[in-house]
Amino acid sequence: MWKIITESTPQLIVAGLKYTIPIAVISFVIGLILALIVALTRISQKRGAFSILRWIASFYVWLFRSTPLLVQLFIVYFGLPYLIVPGLFPNGIKLDPYTAGIITFSLNTGAYCAETVRAALLSVPTGQWEAAYAIGMNRSLVLRRIIIPQALRTALPPLSNSFIGLVKDTSLAASITIVEMFEVSQQIAAANYQPLLMYTLVALIYAVFCTVLSWLQKWLEKKSSAYMLPTQGGSNG
Amino acid sequence: MITLEKLSKSFGNNVVLKDITTTFPEKQTTVILGPSGSGKSTLLRSLNLLEKPEAGIYTIDDLTIDFSKPVSSKTTLDLRQLTEMVFQSFNLFPHLTVLKNIIEGPVHVLKTPKDKAIQEAKQLLASVGLADKEDAYPAQLSGGQAQRVAIARSLAMHPEYILLDEPTSALDPELELEVLKVLLKIHNENQSMVIVTHNMAFAKQVANKILFIEHGDARYDGPTEGFFNSDDERIKNFIASMTFSI
Repeated sequence: MWKIITESTPQLIVAGLKYTIPIAVISFVIGLILALIVALTRISQKRGAFSILRWIASFYVWLFRSTPLLVQLFIVYFGLPYLIVPGLFPNGIKLDPYTAGIITFSLNTGAYCAETVRAALLSVPTGQWEAAYAIGMNRSLVLRRIIIPQALRTALPPLSNSFIGLVKDTSLAASITIVEMFEVSQQIAAANYQPLLMYTLVALIYAVFCTVLSWLQKWLEKKSSAYMLPTQGGSNG
Repeated sequence: MITLEKLSKSFGNNVVLKDITTTFPEKQTTVILGPSGSGKSTLLRSLNLLEKPEAGIYTIDDLTIDFSKPVSSKTTLDLRQLTEMVFQSFNLFPHLTVLKNIIEGPVHVLKTPKDKAIQEAKQLLASVGLADKEDAYPAQLSGGQAQRVAIARSLAMHPEYILLDEPTSALDPELELEVLKVLLKIHNENQSMVIVTHNMAFAKQVANKILFIEHGDARYDGPTEGFFNSDDERIKNFIASMTFSI
């Protein structure tokens, strides 16, 4: 048994570092950008044509939160090749599995993070907006310099949650032929008839990855909250 | 000089300001007094366009705003460079140090070179008695210190007018005094100010002019002595209710 573990662990870790982590990181970065755009659209109070954008943003969040991630992966990878639009996609949309995976994971995590970011933006007191407007800032400067930095601190724990969730959800990519960590464990188990051992082993490696991420989260939280902890004086008044 | 002509504002069916016509002379301190809910804060916030009145004409220097028409964002930004606001709850930026709070506007709005802005910020901090606090975060300050930083932050923008919305209402008497001393100093330097306050003794001492607002109406608009010696029953009652006596 020990031999199986020492032989397969490096293979699993390599698959994890080569696919699981990069897919999760790339998807999360894209998802975060998407989340910020969607959240800003949804909290905007502009009228007219902008309300259509707000509607689209809400529809997107609803769609990706209301359907299973696995089904989304199947639609994008197995389904889109059959989306034949004459002139535009005469042969359907064929994506390689990595592209399909990253697109789906980004859109999915983006929908969840959009709600987190929206809540965090709204949690910054209106006095901060007013003080920034009062010194003559325009809306985009207020957001960039004053609101987003404070909102990110609030959003950090739930965003870390989403990221850790995403790292584990990448195991679903096995179903669209990506040879990520879980797929490698399945292949080894199929060859050595040790499913209990192999799946427990891969579970442990996921746990190690996520533990490291939790430490990273704690460190980031501490760093980003430094300004909230009084070290002298106090807030008397 | 700020001139208001027939300024009106309502929230829904609730009329907060009724045809206010007045002036705020430059290099002087105007104090706005009035009972809670009289509309005095709304009037002050309108001067910085944090509230948008529905009607009326607002003139400051050569900038004129007619509130019955939409106000362009450029006009709004121009106006906000002429007026600075100091809030009851300070509203310092908690994620920035004291020094960075002060240079934020000069550097990012006025495009002042950073080293020049820092130099000026240090002088301002010294003038409000907080030279040693430049690296502190707002959470490390007392309320009185925070409000003095907020005053320095507004002065750093070199505004024509500083608008103060109940600047000491959130402070203990001891901390209130340190803020009032700073305001008195600025007043003596001939900075144009408009202050909403409940502190009658302070109003009596610094105001060049009193604007008394009740139910959205300007019931008194004139020199300070005239207000405190007024024969108007409502004004007398108001002064009596705000002054401690047994």
